[in-house]
Order: sequence, then C-alpha cells, then structure tokens
Amino acid sequence: MIETVLRNLDTVFLYAFALCAFASAALMLWLKEPMRVAMALISCMVFLGGVYGLLGVHFIAAFQVLIYVGAVMVFMVYAIMLLDPRDESMRVRWSHFLYPGTIGFVLLVEAFGAAFWNDLPGPPRGAAGATFGLEAFSKAFLSEYWLHFELTSVLLVAAVVAAIAVIKVNKGAGHG
Amino acid sequence: MDKTQVLLLLAAGLFSLGLAGVIIRRNVLVMLMCMELMLNGVNLSLVAFAHQLGEAVGAVLVFLVFVVATAEIAVAIPIVLLLVRRKRTLDLEAYADLKG
Repeated sequence: MIETVLRNLDTVFLYAFALCAFASAALMLWLKEPMRVAMALISCMVFLGGVYGLLGVHFIAAFQVLIYVGAVMVFMVYAIMLLDPRDESMRVRWSHFLYPGTIGFVLLVEAFGAAFWNDLPGPPRGAAGATFGLEAFSKAFLSEYWLHFELTSVLLVAAVVAAIAVIKVNKGAGHG
Repeated sequence: MDKTQVLLLLAAGLFSLGLAGVIIRRNVLVMLMCMELMLNGVNLSLVAFAHQLGEAVGAVLVFLVFVVATAEIAVAIPIVLLLVRRKRTLDLEAYADLKG
C-alpha cells in the first residue's frame, strides 16, 4: 500500500494540490472581507502553480507565481488596503442576484460535468504527455506564434497608456 | 479517471466558481478577483491540453492570458479607485446610474 503510494507520489501530490486549489476557490465565494478573499485567491494560484510544476511545465509554474501572485495580487492587496473598511459592501456578502446566480451556477456545473464525464478527452495522441521546456516554448513563441508575441506587447502598451489616461482624467476632474 | 479529465473538471469548476462569484458577490474588488479565478480556470485547461498533446501552442496561449490578466488589473484597479472616490462605496448597486 505504502509502496504504491510512494511510487505514484507525484500523482498523489497532483490530486492533493488540485483539491486544495478547488477548496480555496470555493472559499472565495464564502469569505466576507476582500482581504481574506485575496488570500484565498493567492493560495489557489500557488496550488495551481504546484499543479503546473507537477505536470512538467515549470516555466509556466514560475510565471504563475511571479506574475499572478507577485504582481497582480500584490497590486490587488494594495488596492484593498487603500480602501475604507467601514464600507457597507465589505460587510454585506451577496448581491440581489444571489438566487438566479446560484441556479445558473448549478446549471453550468451540470453542463460542464456532463461534457467532461461522458466524452473522455480520448487517449493521448502522438507525443503523449511529453513535456516541453522553455527552449521549445520560446522558439515556438518567437517564430511560429510571433503574432501572439506582438499582441502581448501591444496589450501591455495599451494597458500602460490606459492607466496613465485614467490618472490624467482624475487630475483634470480634481482641478476643475 | 484520467489525469487530464481530473484537471479539466478542476478547470471547469474554477471557471464556474469564478462566474458565480462575479454574479452573486456585491463587492467590486471581490468580483475582479473572481474574474481572475475564471482566467486561472482557462489557463489550467490550456495547460492540461498542452500537456496531453505535447505541443507548445497551449503554453503560448497561457502566456497571452497572463498578459491579458495583468493588463486587465492595471486598468481595472484605477477605475475602481476613481469610482470609490466619487461615491465612497465598493457596492456595485450604488453605480446603477451608470446604465444611462
């Protein structure tokens, strides 16, 4: 028994990480304060990074932790700290769409579950389960998918310009 | 049960939880975080397919989603801060007059 577990230790860890990621995601719906929701999201992202690492795509795991946890969520936590904790919406949990939203959620879960349960993705084709490293990814990214690479840079520039424009609008409103 | 199938189920679960959070939560920042959760679910499905097929195209799309998420947050947080400065609340119901 123990030998079997030890032999499949990476699969055991994969399922454990997946379970923890799902549990933290479910916790996000329940927790009331935005800071706790942010902590639950951070733990979910870290567990997903563990899943990516166990799948063999280590650079995506590193990006997941660096970009999502290190940049996006730190930004989010700063924004939460800037805001007023006495705000009404920090204490009231649900919106008016609680019941329709819950019904829609159950229907969506049923549709997804049926789709993935009945139709198996099929046996892996070709280089099944083969992992690809950073080198293969970079070559594909910069040669075959150069349009996506350019798209990422355009998106980043657009985000910077939009953020500056938002600040400028704010300054104009403040003076006027 | 196949490993890919489990990961796809988890991805679908994360996406559904994120969508439900966007609809049923009241706080704007929590809704933004739930949108991040949806993007994470999509990422996980892309990685699962890339792992199954052994091709790099899934990783390229994952990278694109990373950038989209970063850009989204970089634009959304200043907008949220501006909204809060105007009405002093994060409650989305208070901004119903933006419907026009």
